[in-house]
Amino acid sequence: MSGLNEEIRELPAADVPTRRVSITVNGEKRTADVEPRLLLAHLLRQAFRLTGTHTGCDTSNCGACTVLYDGTPVKSCTMLAVQADGHQVTTVEGLAGPSELHPIQEGFSDEHGLQCGFCTPGMMLAATALLRENPDPTEDEVRWALSGNLCRCTGYQNIVKSVLWAAKKLQSQSAS
Amino acid sequence: MYPSRFRYEAPRSIDEAIALLRDGGGEAKVLAGGQSLVPLLKLRFAAPELLVDINGLPGLDYHTADPDGTIRVGALCRHADLERSAILPGRQPTMAAAAPLVADPIVRNRGTLVGSLCHADPQGDWASVVTALGGHVVAQGTNGRRSIPIAEFVSGPFQNALGYDEIAVEAVIPAPKGTAAGGYLKLERRVGDFATAGVAVALELSGAVVTRAGIALTGVGGSTIDATDAAQALVGGPLTADGIRGAADLAAQAARPRTDHRGSAEYKRHIVRTFVERILTRAMQSTRESGQT
Repeated sequence: MSGLNEEIRELPAADVPTRRVSITVNGEKRTADVEPRLLLAHLLRQAFRLTGTHTGCDTSNCGACTVLYDGTPVKSCTMLAVQADGHQVTTVEGLAGPSELHPIQEGFSDEHGLQCGFCTPGMMLAATALLRENPDPTEDEVRWALSGNLCRCTGYQNIVKSVLWAAKKLQSQSAS
Repeated sequence: MYPSRFRYEAPRSIDEAIALLRDGGGEAKVLAGGQSLVPLLKLRFAAPELLVDINGLPGLDYHTADPDGTIRVGALCRHADLERSAILPGRQPTMAAAAPLVADPIVRNRGTLVGSLCHADPQGDWASVVTALGGHVVAQGTNGRRSIPIAEFVSGPFQNALGYDEIAVEAVIPAPKGTAAGGYLKLERRVGDFATAGVAVALELSGAVVTRAGIALTGVGGSTIDATDAAQALVGGPLTADGIRGAADLAAQAARPRTDHRGSAEYKRHIVRTFVERILTRAMQSTRESGQT
């Protein structure tokens, strides 16, 4: 763990004002006392130990830190933890239980939708929101929806296939 | 990256928010979508003492069309709301074309049109669109409400005309007289990058005759460029291939691009010329197809 991370974990000192936030994370109510400047990504990773949310570029470009905020994909490095007070947040850990896979996770496994895996949680959450809004997307629609998420292994081909695989699986599940 | 320390308030009413800004005495910033402000805080280009988060204010997430066609966009209307709008297509083609091109899909879920105007980035798409459309911004502060034309509102690069106790609550796009036409085109190296160049064109047509035109340029100068000469050249007659080429040349002349890693000044000027020509040619074709010549 880097020095910066440790610094923020030790904060806040006694004289620094904090706010209590209460957030429903992956269906479970969590509370924390945070400095207003703490980013949502860091609250999730360091206070709640949900390290599936990756901080990639830290500049709002890459989308690796994407989480669902009241069901909508947001970049958690570009939101303050205090802004999540009273809201629902879903991270990649919340897609399925610990011993099962969500169809989107199955799709990434089946279609080899990851290489290094760093962008994968963000891709999966952006895809989850897409398939909720549009259960039968075209390839173009998948590419459009994922265009805020960067994969530096350049594995987009298989990422798109994975999401289309998941769409089919989810449709057959809802049909049966 | 971590922002400097600041105090955070999440008021529940606009009056409470304005009181916080007034008491902040110029050291407070309004947080709406945060998609430009939070990165600036993280880079410590901005270090306000107080953040006033307006996301909890009720009734600001709208975009509506008045019966006469005036479009109003509230301070918490996200880019994604405009991208999915049922109101804009057919009614306001320049805005409809721009909404899906702002940043990337995830940023569009949070960022707001009004916030983009306040941020006044020369690379911002909405300032060009609202400039081409001749819109204005409604500010609310201690002394009530006032309406600020966009040319005054965007007072310079990253500068707006708001008083420190004022919140931009609404952007207003006047109703077109006749038929609205136009569009927005942007060249970017990849989705979400700042514009290499962008062009907004807004026309009002009476039959085939252009009665009003606005052309504004993104990312090719120290601030949003209002290419008034180019626009004015179109007014008073129908769109013609020669007229379009003339306007495109004037727009390219109005651009003040700088050579950088996104391209040479010459290249960006060429993009401006091409985009103006492309948008106007499409408008001319659709006018002819609808039998208005």
